Amino acid sequence: MSVEQQTHEDELSSGIQSKEFLTIMIANQRFGIPILQVEDVLGEQTITKVPLAPPDVAGSLNLRGRIVTAIDVHCRLGIEPTQTSNGHSSMGVVVEHENELYSLIIDKVGDVLKLKDEDFETTLATLDPLWKDVSSGIYRLDGELLIVLDVPKFLSTISSSKD
Amino acid sequence: MDDLIAEFLTETNESIEELDVDLVNLEQNPNDADLLGKIFRLVHTIKGTCGFLGLPRLEKVAHHGENVLGRFRDGDLEVIPDYVTLIFECIDSIKMIVAGLEETGSEPEGDDSELIEKLDAVYEGRAVGDSGEQASTETAADDAPQEESGGGYPGECSGNVTKEELDALEAAFQSAPGPESVSPPAPTEAPEEPAPAPAPIEQPKVEAPSAAAKAKPSEKPVSTQSLRVSVDVLENLMTMVSELVLNRNQLIQILRQQTESEFSAPLQRLNHVVSELQEGVMKTRMQPIGNAWSKLPRIIRDLSLELNKKIELEMKGQDTELDRQVLELIKDPLTHMVRNSGDHGIEDPETRKAAGKSETGHILLNAYHEGGHIIIQIADDGKGLPLEKIKEKILSNGLATAEELEEMSPNQINQFIFKAGFSTAEKVTSVSGRGVGMDVVRTNIEKIGGSIELQSTEGKGSTFTIKIPLTLAIVSALVVESSSERFAIPQLAVKELVMTSENSDNQIETIKGKPVFRLRDRLLPLISLSDLLKITRGTDLPQLLPTNTEPDDEAQVNEEQNDVTPPKGTNPNDDIHSRHQYIVITQVGASDFGIIVDRVFDTEEIVVKPVAPMLKGIELFSGNTILGDGSVIMILDPNGIANHIGQISAADANSAMSENISHASMQAEKTSLLLFRAGNDTPKAVPLSLVARIENIDVSLIEHSAGQMLVQYRGQLMPLVPFDSSVSVGETGEKAILVFSDQGQSMGLIVDEIIDIQEEHIDIQLDGGETGLLGSSIVAGKATDIVNVGYYLQSNNKKWFQNHDDTPFVSEGDGQKSNGNGSVNGFNKKRILLVDDSPFFRNMLTPLLSVAGYDVVSLESPQEALEMCDKGAEFDVIISDIEMPDMDGFEFAKKVKEESNWKKTPMLALTSHATQQDKDRGKQVGFCEYIAKFDKETLLSTLSETLSNHQDYSGYNGDVA
Repeated sequence: MSVEQQTHEDELSSGIQSKEFLTIMIANQRFGIPILQVEDVLGEQTITKVPLAPPDVAGSLNLRGRIVTAIDVHCRLGIEPTQTSNGHSSMGVVVEHENELYSLIIDKVGDVLKLKDEDFETTLATLDPLWKDVSSGIYRLDGELLIVLDVPKFLSTISSSKD
Repeated sequence: MDDLIAEFLTETNESIEELDVDLVNLEQNPNDADLLGKIFRLVHTIKGTCGFLGLPRLEKVAHHGENVLGRFRDGDLEVIPDYVTLIFECIDSIKMIVAGLEETGSEPEGDDSELIEKLDAVYEGRAVGDSGEQASTETAADDAPQEESGGGYPGECSGNVTKEELDALEAAFQSAPGPESVSPPAPTEAPEEPAPAPAPIEQPKVEAPSAAAKAKPSEKPVSTQSLRVSVDVLENLMTMVSELVLNRNQLIQILRQQTESEFSAPLQRLNHVVSELQEGVMKTRMQPIGNAWSKLPRIIRDLSLELNKKIELEMKGQDTELDRQVLELIKDPLTHMVRNSGDHGIEDPETRKAAGKSETGHILLNAYHEGGHIIIQIADDGKGLPLEKIKEKILSNGLATAEELEEMSPNQINQFIFKAGFSTAEKVTSVSGRGVGMDVVRTNIEKIGGSIELQSTEGKGSTFTIKIPLTLAIVSALVVESSSERFAIPQLAVKELVMTSENSDNQIETIKGKPVFRLRDRLLPLISLSDLLKITRGTDLPQLLPTNTEPDDEAQVNEEQNDVTPPKGTNPNDDIHSRHQYIVITQVGASDFGIIVDRVFDTEEIVVKPVAPMLKGIELFSGNTILGDGSVIMILDPNGIANHIGQISAADANSAMSENISHASMQAEKTSLLLFRAGNDTPKAVPLSLVARIENIDVSLIEHSAGQMLVQYRGQLMPLVPFDSSVSVGETGEKAILVFSDQGQSMGLIVDEIIDIQEEHIDIQLDGGETGLLGSSIVAGKATDIVNVGYYLQSNNKKWFQNHDDTPFVSEGDGQKSNGNGSVNGFNKKRILLVDDSPFFRNMLTPLLSVAGYDVVSLESPQEALEMCDKGAEFDVIISDIEMPDMDGFEFAKKVKEESNWKKTPMLALTSHATQQDKDRGKQVGFCEYIAKFDKETLLSTLSETLSNHQDYSGYNGDVA
């Protein structure tokens, strides 16, 4: 919560509207999650697969006594599935949604960036439909674009079981 | 929303619920002073509080209601049902306003003047104005200011209170009993903040609980103090205790690994303490089931008025405690079922009287603990489930066929009411009949791991029995493993655990690819967990590629592993026999089934955590948990598994059933035939069942006597008959003999050569033009003559059939050779009419009966038979199939017995299904006997018996039809 205070103070002092994001890499595309939505960042975890689960659900894991549902972000975004070994995931970003914890399995975690509102644009119409569904906009950065991940939307639209 | 308003709402809702119950009681006990007092106080409280909070409409309604109640209480006004109904109306208005308040935060618009008029009318009815109200000075005082203070309150409580209000409140405060014993139910009921309420509000709060203390019939004489605690706080507490339990489990497990350690003693103590803590916290979630029943008296009362029935509701075991969560979930199902009982079950008074029952219908609610479960029974003494109507509904909804229904017992048929969309109510009342009920009830109950069963007797009543597991959160579970993945099964669900192995007597057998197991003379259906969950049979190595769950890839993976791989193919069924398997036997509803798993670990106490929303749809899991070693495993739900199997096996059953039917009919078609050659090259066949023995005898042993060939055979003289003249019997060598014997008599039929034994359909295509032959059929691909054994037996020994049980009851006649037109020997053979829609079956039975010496006419349908009857044909006995299209056996029998010439002809029923029920029914419609189709011996003996019993009726002179 001190981050929040910091941000608030910064905003007040500098008069610039901006938001902080945790940046993550998924298949060489940079994404951002509003920092306040992020509960935890996890390293490699042992994931238990859940039989008959929707393909987007990678499984479950134990985080300090709470069961966290691991979501395979690659699958959800229609990209090549994560290559992992021995049922371990790579990095995961834990978010909370409707009183449940979810871990979004991604490739890499980047820095926390403070991005200015003026660099924000709402999503392009031409974006891949799967991606468009779950993004709330794009930030223009130096040299690349950052897609903002709309976590609630992302989680609530996990497809139901395909069998 | 304002905290105050929130609290007010909670309290008022509680009070209203109580009022409902109390008013119903009052109606039955109109002079109960305590009850009256309590009711009055409740309404009074509501009114008072409304004043503070500036809820004029509510206040007004409550006030006028209070007036009337005051008069009741004082004894000025008699409590009659009409008045009580009026008070109910008043309460309902209050409910409605409160609901509106809840939604929007302010009172809804509306006009209560009509109600108030009525209330006033009653109020002013008898006694004179205000003088009769001594004790309720508050009320008088309140009158004037109430009207004024009507519109102005913004919802704050301070500063705008009139003096009268304060006085009123004070008086009420004085008159109300202090913060005395309150019964436990109160604290956990309402989801609200335990915010410290300002003093004035405190008082009504105290009043309500104390009133509650008086009200609850389940009140314990020594009740304990209680307080309201927010449910969230309790939930948190539960979760943390659960974590504690898990951590304790982990520590204990680690401790087990160590032999001696100074941690042992403290950890043991910790163990005990945590267990107790767990138990204690679980108790906080427990509520008496009476809470779920509180609304029911009112509902029943309204129902009985609405439907003009007399219904009495009895509640037993309200104290029985169960988890709050569970309570919430069963409230609605219970209400629904009680409503159903009242609406559909209980008949109206006249009907009841006519049926010899008391005019008042009785509904019993009974709850008690039993072995880790709560049992709730809802029983009524109404008219029970209407079996015929249900059958109709089943047929019209296409849920089963008429034949299937014949098979089922009434209980099984009753189970159909649990199917979605099922309702036999002719009209949809406001109470029930929409057909969305029982399936939802069952689903809801099964969601919490419970089960529901139904017992009903038409005319007597029905009983629903609900079984619910006691606690949800921490359960004992058996940890099992399948395909290297572990799962938990609630211990309560596990009935038995069986180990099977290749070499033991317990073996998993397969029927058509599906595994079954023989358990103490019962066949248990099995399902392999791996198959159910579609996880591949891995090896004992750690997890494979996570996304690799396709069976196609398994073979590849297996090759790569180079390790202990099942040497057989990837077909799981192959592997079943290659190692130990464990079967977890569970019971769901009334049926058992077994789950095949690879390994069984031990039982652990686990904390059940609900699955994530996106996984909730998987009905096989009821939750997940964290084991002592930190790994997450899914908890299996036996109900879900049973459903799943049910779906599989319903589909299977349908196909299996149709297969069975066709298989059965196929079986009926095939008879074992003994093929032989005699005389010419055409193969000949006799039903194997008729042949006693096949022998090769040395020709030189054949003796001759009285023109007959004989041989000494087993100490007796056995006559020999060559099949026909072309069978040559030389002087030397051996000849094949078919020995027919019966009751000490034997006969040997000399043939040239025994070819084979075949199972074939007897489809007699060409009729036996020759004597001794029934006809030709295709056997083993060749045209074969079917031999009429009877002919040979009789030709040899006229008396062959006479002493037999299966004598065709021929009268003594002369054994001439046949006259060539197919009928044998001019005996007065008995004529049998065989009615069966299956040509194969007709073709099998006909030769059998002919061989036994009867004259058989076989027809495909009862209609044809009836036509023959009209034409004047006569028979000695009628044998009829039951399952026939268009007109079934029962109907046929009825028709015959009712009005035809064949009224007196004995009828035998033949069928593939012979349950006691069927037999009874058969006898009822006029069949003398009821025989299973494949029981040839019984058929023949029964035929004979029947005919001898009906000797009087056999006076016809056989005309060939």
